[in-house]
Amino acid sequence: MSDSQKCACEPSEVLFFPCSGGSNCGQIAHHAAVELHKAGRGKLFCLAGIGGHVKGLIESAKAAKVLVAIDGCPALCVKKTLDHAELPPRIHIVVSELGIEKKSGHLDFSDEELAVCRDRLAQELQAWVAGPAADSTSVS
Amino acid sequence: MTKVQVLGPGCPKCQQVAANVTEAAKAIGMQVEIEKVSKPMEIAKYGVMFTPGLAVEGEVVCAGRIPSVEEIKGWLEAEPAKEQK
Repeated sequence: MSDSQKCACEPSEVLFFPCSGGSNCGQIAHHAAVELHKAGRGKLFCLAGIGGHVKGLIESAKAAKVLVAIDGCPALCVKKTLDHAELPPRIHIVVSELGIEKKSGHLDFSDEELAVCRDRLAQELQAWVAGPAADSTSVS
Repeated sequence: MTKVQVLGPGCPKCQQVAANVTEAAKAIGMQVEIEKVSKPMEIAKYGVMFTPGLAVEGEVVCAGRIPSVEEIKGWLEAEPAKEQK
């Protein structure tokens, strides 16, 4: 292994799977995950690869302790995609159920709306750190 | 001969995976060719985000951990059945 090559042998305990869809809520989900990734709270992961049945990504996701599904709206595409791959999320939130109205085709959102989602995720992660629940936690 | 790919930069964990593959193959009397895939872009083609990873005939069977010899035996033994299809 060369000195410049980074070893990826320490899987993240927490993986974020945000919606990233075509609405304000999808974008809030995505940006909240990006912020938490940058803050070192976990790693943003590739939901598209899970949906595309990319075996390497599915096996990589299995190495994590906590999968966080961040859905934008009640269609629950993120959770359904993870469930389909037999990767049940331990933490699941739905942005449109946090008091934020979904606006399809509108990609803008306020800092306050982003903070609501990001802070809720941080709370859920903190609760998991304090004492991991045996079952999936659904937040609305 | 069954081809097995060990995915990772070549750290001790990757080496342990390769050793476990060798042991598993020996235990079931199978000849395997171990290919070490260490370049990040080559690993990325397999979709593996966390190493070490292991693929049998190009199909990823695990990532982000060191599989046991028993697990590897199962994956290797399943491979001839695929070839018969």
